[in-house]
Amino acid sequence: MSDVNARIDAEVKNNDVVLFMKGTPQFPMCGFSGQVAQILGYIGVPYKGVNVLEDQEIREGIKAYSNWPTIPQLYVKGEFVGGCDITREMFQAGELQALFEEKGIAVKQAS
Amino acid sequence: MAMDAHEIERMIKAALPDAAVEIKDLAGDGDHYAATVVSAAFKGKTRVQQHQMVYAAVQGNMGGVLHALAVRTAVPQD
Repeated sequence: MSDVNARIDAEVKNNDVVLFMKGTPQFPMCGFSGQVAQILGYIGVPYKGVNVLEDQEIREGIKAYSNWPTIPQLYVKGEFVGGCDITREMFQAGELQALFEEKGIAVKQAS
Repeated sequence: MAMDAHEIERMIKAALPDAAVEIKDLAGDGDHYAATVVSAAFKGKTRVQQHQMVYAAVQGNMGGVLHALAVRTAVPQD
């Protein structure tokens, strides 16, 4: 496993919910990243935001890691959940909230 | 930097011959598309896997030449 892969792997495995995004949860620099940050904020789930704009290696490496061509990318308990479209679809269907519940991750707002 | 909607549809259908494909040019700039793909090949696959199949169909163009392709996938209703 290459260096960057190991770094990404550590982020994904050491945090229950990780969002690789452009910008930060407080200041998203891309509409798609912003949408996912907003959804997670709405659900009230704590998560770690990784700003790929600050790290070119991770920005490219994350695409290979998940075989997924775009950012944002949401990971829950080490598993790749999806990008913006999938996260939004799941949220609207109530599936995202169910996923957090199933994985035993506390959310502030009852779903 | 632009890609034609028919070209995207052709590439998806080449990979998923049974697929019903609808492409919308969101911004009219040949750069931001939404694709709805309905195919029996998605049966039993997770959403991530379904989208990966669509991305694979448009090959390296996604994230490069094709800046934004919003994907929706579904299995045909019987």
